[in-house]
Amino acid sequence: MNDQLVSMITQLVMEKMEKSTGSQAPEIAATSTEQPLIKFYDKVENRSSGTTEATATSQEPLIQLYQHGAPQEVTTFASTTFNQPVNDAVPIKPFQFEEESLTESVQAAKKHTPARIGVGRAGTRPKTKTWLKFRLDHAAAVDAVYGEVSEDLLQKLDVFQVTTKVTDKEEYITRPDLGRRLSEESKALIQQKCKPQPKVQIIISNGLSASAIEENVQDVYLALQQSLSNLNIDIGTTFYIDKGRVALMDEIGELLQAEVIVYLIGERPGLVSAESMSAYLCYKPRIGTVEAERMVISNIHKGGIPPLEAGAYLGTVVEKILHYQASGVELVAKEG
Amino acid sequence: MNLSVIFGGEKYNFKSLKDVMAKANEEKSGDQLAGIAAETVQQRIAAKAVLSELLVKDIRENPLVPQENDEVSRIIEGDINEQIYGEIKNWSIEQLREYILSNDTGDRELKRLSKGMNSEIIAAVTKLMSNLDLVHAANKVEILSTCNITIGQKGTLSSRLQPNHPTDNIDGIIASLKEGLSYGIGDAVIGINPVDDSVESVKKVLTATKEFINDWSIPTQNCVLAHITTQMKAIKQGAPADMIFQSIAGTEIANRSFGISADLIREAEELIKKQGTGTGPNLFYFETGQGSELSAEAHMGIDQVTLESRNYGFARHFNPYIVNTVVGFIGPEYLYNNKQVIRAGLEDHFMGKMHGIPMGVDICYTNHIKADQNDVEDLSVLLTAAGVNFIIAAPMGDDVMLNYQSMSFHDVATLLQTFGKKPAPEYLAWLEKMGIYENGRLSARAGDLSIFER
Repeated sequence: MNDQLVSMITQLVMEKMEKSTGSQAPEIAATSTEQPLIKFYDKVENRSSGTTEATATSQEPLIQLYQHGAPQEVTTFASTTFNQPVNDAVPIKPFQFEEESLTESVQAAKKHTPARIGVGRAGTRPKTKTWLKFRLDHAAAVDAVYGEVSEDLLQKLDVFQVTTKVTDKEEYITRPDLGRRLSEESKALIQQKCKPQPKVQIIISNGLSASAIEENVQDVYLALQQSLSNLNIDIGTTFYIDKGRVALMDEIGELLQAEVIVYLIGERPGLVSAESMSAYLCYKPRIGTVEAERMVISNIHKGGIPPLEAGAYLGTVVEKILHYQASGVELVAKEG
Repeated sequence: MNLSVIFGGEKYNFKSLKDVMAKANEEKSGDQLAGIAAETVQQRIAAKAVLSELLVKDIRENPLVPQENDEVSRIIEGDINEQIYGEIKNWSIEQLREYILSNDTGDRELKRLSKGMNSEIIAAVTKLMSNLDLVHAANKVEILSTCNITIGQKGTLSSRLQPNHPTDNIDGIIASLKEGLSYGIGDAVIGINPVDDSVESVKKVLTATKEFINDWSIPTQNCVLAHITTQMKAIKQGAPADMIFQSIAGTEIANRSFGISADLIREAEELIKKQGTGTGPNLFYFETGQGSELSAEAHMGIDQVTLESRNYGFARHFNPYIVNTVVGFIGPEYLYNNKQVIRAGLEDHFMGKMHGIPMGVDICYTNHIKADQNDVEDLSVLLTAAGVNFIIAAPMGDDVMLNYQSMSFHDVATLLQTFGKKPAPEYLAWLEKMGIYENGRLSARAGDLSIFER
């Protein structure tokens, strides 16, 4: 990360804020009005409750997450079924996951990472609450696999939708080959709607997590478009793919003869976040392109690489790819 | 070479050695995806029966991947001891299995046998082994390897401490590192998967981990698992690396898709010998996993067990310090559920040991596969019984960067205590000096990361 990037991000933030005061600001409306609008460097996500605490310290370095304390809040099972009154005599309490007392050292260490540290032990085994929390988070991640991106979002992004040869979810996970090929109708649709031979073709797919797209794609897309436009790099016609695999970019690159493809795709849900998105980049992806020619920026989500920053960064990566006319291992080699 | 059998009143014909090898595998979604798996359970057993009667020389003389087209084949072929091969070439695969399992065959005999077998022969016998066969036979072998310290001794179980962080934040990495050390984890390696595969980032993480290791005089070794070319650049620029890591595959085409070749690894070998901070002689860390060749569309119609075995044939040429299969990481299209992951973990470990390499396992699963923490706990018990050299551990088993689950620090401590095993001797001595271990197990203070505060 360099100063130039910082200033670019700052500019993006300013533009976004201007936009939102002028209009209804649909992309920001989703966040709480109590929160500062854009506060992505110095906030800590309490991943159990999803609330955030923002503390302004503008001197902090660019990527320096988790340096402020997570609010010591009580975590509850969110499911409403647990909260339905069954018996008036027995009030149902939210389940408490937090251990009562953490030493100062542990509290300080936990500020630096979302990893499950300072958890103590029962003999050599985890404590009951730690174990239950882990199981709950895994359950949530399992339930978050798949999912569809809303029509609403696609409209906001102003993109059309295409499909792969995959027919259902089970087939998506067991037949990656089908997720790497477009359906015949989609090929025709893409050829009909898209600008041919684009400098940069942006494509989006739910992949293994629709919520990753729901949460991040607007900011990343906005920042990426802005960044490319500042660099005078021409963008093709963006579209959305239901149930795509990474290597699908090869067929699309071939079809449109794109110079660079930027592919935003939902990652397999993790325990810390089911909302993590990846951006894959490749110079002239064509059928037969090898994995080592692709590049990826992963962990794009509010607890990882913040979406706006990722979008701006992607712009600079595209610039580099175009400059060297290479991506992946070949780019590393050419860079010297 | 007879490829037909009448079995259970039914006649089975197999098209080729490749076909028999694929159909003799236990059920794997990856072989099904490749369209080469047995179509019925009986056909699977018939294939095993045909395979059991093939001779060792049938397999070597009918190469699945001809040497002319593939450098992995050339490397495997070049490492075979002809004298030892000559002694076993007329054995059937059935005889080979029973020799491996015989009570008269121990560590010394198996290591000798290893030099006479190519990777396909080892894969073939694996297909005739039950899960307990794989545990029992692998446990006979003791493979030692040395980077800064020596690991792999009988009665030990080592671990890789994996303190990954979603933005490579150094304070975050060190926080997880301290937690892991306080549970006695990390004698195999302190290894970080970087988010950012840039030279600068790799240098930063290598330097930070090396400084921590030096500050606390920890008898271990560091590694940052970036692409080999990135690590080489970092080392050339003075970054302290004890070993070099790379993911490898079982065919030349698949290796090319990873951006590597044997020449590149040789070049890295020269560099790490001259510029690395590790003592050696073992200075490589390789990762593998069933399904990667199919994933790279470089499987050539060969089953994933055989291809995985070829990874180990390639790996042993470079005398690695550690090798591990990342067994549940690749996804349900290659290993569908807990049963398939457990089978693959046992196969990979056994095949690695039969190649004479220091084999570990990342016992893990992703959130879109039909497995959970209980399943990997099961596999960890089996692999500890099988004498696995090392396993991987992250805080509570939750890797916050790679978004998958492996074993926890607690799990390693529990396996050691339950099985009466120990970390590597030099590391254990340090743990005792630090007050983390007492009387061969976790002390009252263990698990408290403030041990690493001055």
